[in-house]
Amino acid sequence: MTQSSKYPERIDVIAGQDRPRRNAIRHAQGRGRFVDDIAFANLAHLAVVRSPHAHAEIRNIDVSRALAVQGVVAVYTGVDMKALCKPWVGALNHFPGLRSPEQYPLAVDRVRWNGEAVVAVVAESRAIAEDAVDQVRIEYDILPAVVGIKASRAADAPLVHQQYDSNQSFEMTLTAGDAAAAFDSAYLVVEEVLELGRQTGLTLEPRSIVADYDPSLQALTAHHSTQTPYQMQDLFARHFDLSEENVRVISPDVGGSFGMKLHVYGEEMATVAASIQLGRPVKFVADRMESFLSDIHLREHLVHAKMALSKDGDITAMIVEDATGIGPFSVYPRTSAMEGNQALRLMGAPYKMPNYDGHLTVLFQNKAPTCQYRAVGHPIGVTVTEHLVDKAARELGLDPFEIRRRNIVTQDMYPHTTATGYILERLSHEDCLSRLEKMMDYPRLRAEQAELRAKGIYRGIGIATFIEITNPGPAFYGIGGARISSQDGCVIKIEPSGKFRVAVSVTEQGQGTETVMAQVAATYMGVDVGIIDVITGDTERTPYGGATWASRGAGIGGATVMKCALAMKANLLEIAAVILQGKPDDFDLTDGEIVFKETGNSAITLDELCRIAYFRPDTLPQDYHPQLSISRHFVPQGTPFDFTNGVQASYLEVDIETGIITLLDHWVVEDCGVILNKQLVDEQIRGGVVHGLGGILLEECLYSDSGQMLTSTMADYLAPLAAEMPDIHIDHICTPTEMTPLGAKGVGEAGTAAAGSVVLNAVNDALSPLGAQLTQTPLTPERILRALGVVTD
Amino acid sequence: MDPLYPISFTLNGRVIQQEVSTRTTLVDLLRHQIGLTATHVGCEQGSCGACSLMVDGRMIRSCLVFAIQLEGAVVETAEGFTGDTKMDALRKAFADRNALQCGFCTSGMLVAARDLLNRDTTPSREVIREFISGNFCRCTGYEAIVDAISKVAEGSGSPRDAQ
Repeated sequence: MTQSSKYPERIDVIAGQDRPRRNAIRHAQGRGRFVDDIAFANLAHLAVVRSPHAHAEIRNIDVSRALAVQGVVAVYTGVDMKALCKPWVGALNHFPGLRSPEQYPLAVDRVRWNGEAVVAVVAESRAIAEDAVDQVRIEYDILPAVVGIKASRAADAPLVHQQYDSNQSFEMTLTAGDAAAAFDSAYLVVEEVLELGRQTGLTLEPRSIVADYDPSLQALTAHHSTQTPYQMQDLFARHFDLSEENVRVISPDVGGSFGMKLHVYGEEMATVAASIQLGRPVKFVADRMESFLSDIHLREHLVHAKMALSKDGDITAMIVEDATGIGPFSVYPRTSAMEGNQALRLMGAPYKMPNYDGHLTVLFQNKAPTCQYRAVGHPIGVTVTEHLVDKAARELGLDPFEIRRRNIVTQDMYPHTTATGYILERLSHEDCLSRLEKMMDYPRLRAEQAELRAKGIYRGIGIATFIEITNPGPAFYGIGGARISSQDGCVIKIEPSGKFRVAVSVTEQGQGTETVMAQVAATYMGVDVGIIDVITGDTERTPYGGATWASRGAGIGGATVMKCALAMKANLLEIAAVILQGKPDDFDLTDGEIVFKETGNSAITLDELCRIAYFRPDTLPQDYHPQLSISRHFVPQGTPFDFTNGVQASYLEVDIETGIITLLDHWVVEDCGVILNKQLVDEQIRGGVVHGLGGILLEECLYSDSGQMLTSTMADYLAPLAAEMPDIHIDHICTPTEMTPLGAKGVGEAGTAAAGSVVLNAVNDALSPLGAQLTQTPLTPERILRALGVVTD
Repeated sequence: MDPLYPISFTLNGRVIQQEVSTRTTLVDLLRHQIGLTATHVGCEQGSCGACSLMVDGRMIRSCLVFAIQLEGAVVETAEGFTGDTKMDALRKAFADRNALQCGFCTSGMLVAARDLLNRDTTPSREVIREFISGNFCRCTGYEAIVDAISKVAEGSGSPRDAQ
């Protein structure tokens, strides 16, 4: 560690990094426990009738034939649901002017996207429920659909919501300095319109819930594949008029989430409503087609951006007009304005750029709703900025490394506020860039590229710097009026055996949260990680907290556990001092044993301490009450976020005859502060990179002109498979944050933030001698051949 | 209600008798009638590989096979492979190398990896990547999985040496 910390208790090297995750051992034995794996007595199954149209008036719904199917328990329409569930609106106070209509679990009167849930059927089996779904007769009056971004904002566009005067949900403007003047005096202006394709999450485990209502106690237990059990506890209580303490949300193993599983979905609310009505457990598990049609989509943007530069390549200003299509509703409870807001604020953020004019338009469409997903807004901000930086470098004859080096925010500038308003505590752009240049052997690659070009082989090198939003601060999301906690809680209990149980409010979806929390607890108590068991994902068994999103689990959850572990250690030393008739300061807890500080000799083992504290307290002084369970809550302090930073690079080859891109190599240098577990950090980055590579090369939710989704199977929607993905080289710079005593920042978004951008830049670098460039994603072979003029129709 | 038909087959070494409807898939039989849930359902159309398992020594997608086709078959799922040293080594290597995150693809991935190593004891990284390309993983980016399989492959030292 290089910097000295204001936290003397901070430990730089976290214990237990070489141990395999207990969850990994379990899954590798086939011992996972996902929602659909859990057996329930008297279980009913819910299936959904979905809209075949993108936009239509519901004229009539006839459920009589569905009700007649043997084994059907109940059938619900949108109108039925209105009586069972309070409506919701996807707006937050800190996005003034954001508008979105009231929503119910099922469509009422009108459908607004292909795949919207219209009728719910509950039956004794999923097969019977699906049979009955086929028997529901719905008459529709089809209305014109709004599909593309341009179509949505056209003056004569059909309205997605008749009560509004346009299809605009939200707009915002961000300005700093005088961008117009900077453009007037610019030596060079580069400009581009970038069309970034709509994607979907594609978690391998689909959305799943079993709602189990006990009418005798008015108590609901939901086994729910969600990242945010506390948020869902609050929402179920409020929308179904239940007492919050009577709602328990359990998230067992969650088969991938990435931000997709923290939004409110109509089918899941309908499942809760059905269970309350029927007084028995009801299950809904989306099938793959339903996932494509109704999981949130992400990142559909049309961006017109300009960058002004001086003769020396200093970026003086950007002007950005970002339009994003969000489907028919702003998604509840986090809104669909956050994505565009963050995209707009991440423009030019690694750079000194003093002037900025940004404008965001958030538009309704008749397609599936979009909302926050892994690396919210990052790929947009990074792709747009870094595309313009490379374009400017080519115009100025500057090397891509050199132009970035001239513009990055440097060590003498921290703390630094970006033109877009983000406060950066301390980043390490210089070190990251130089480490990357060395790591990829940049001069050799450039030489190889030139040599091969002469032979008609087109290889490209792409680089992108980025910052990453992690550890959201105390204002999120409460300031907007949402009951989503920014604080987290931890309870540590020492068992009579001398082993520890840690219950914490951050959750696990495969990142290794539970492992990392055990490591932090072990490190700060001074015991082996193997004697710590971690409990997450159950509102009844863990303290209330924010859970896992926006890369807050390790940084904020870890700090919470650290505080609690230090308190537990102090308690144990106090108990030891009482037993041994010394002072707590005489003792220390190291390697799982209480020792005399001075000699290091064993004083008392933890199991002996527990034997006395639990079973022979009669031997302790009168009125001494050993505390064997400790709780601590932690509120993140300081700036609204802890930013991380990094740089990525891609080396690839474009076949100019087929338009096929072959990824040859990929590098990441990243700075997430104190690393809690290097292997898990690296694998977060790798997984994130491949998410980004999927988005830039393969993944696109396509709709017909009439709003029919065309990519609703895994054969149509292409996602990364092993054969086309590269090995990914990773290195780290370490700038610990002083916002938390732990010093760790998040890392979940870093890979995704810039992986697409470096591929776009590398492709355009490869094609630059041919005068072609790509500005629409994903970079399909067809689009490449069009850019090359090979395909022209 | 669907008419039911009796079937008998061997599942992880034990003889199973069940009554199934003609439309029940193998994976639904395993998960919802028998209660073996290690085999996961990701797409129900044979694209994602999560439901991969062995029937009569061949790797199949259990979402594409009807249970009623199983009469007399020998089925091995991720709960099985007892005493299979390759599978034991793969399970350990996957955990050690963190070759899984959420774990939903893992059972199918392990079945595929074992099938590969039974065909080719020293596969290159390219061969591994090609072979597991029928198995979708959204979390890892695949490199750790390739490393883990490489490590188990005979004759390889550290995963990086196998490059």
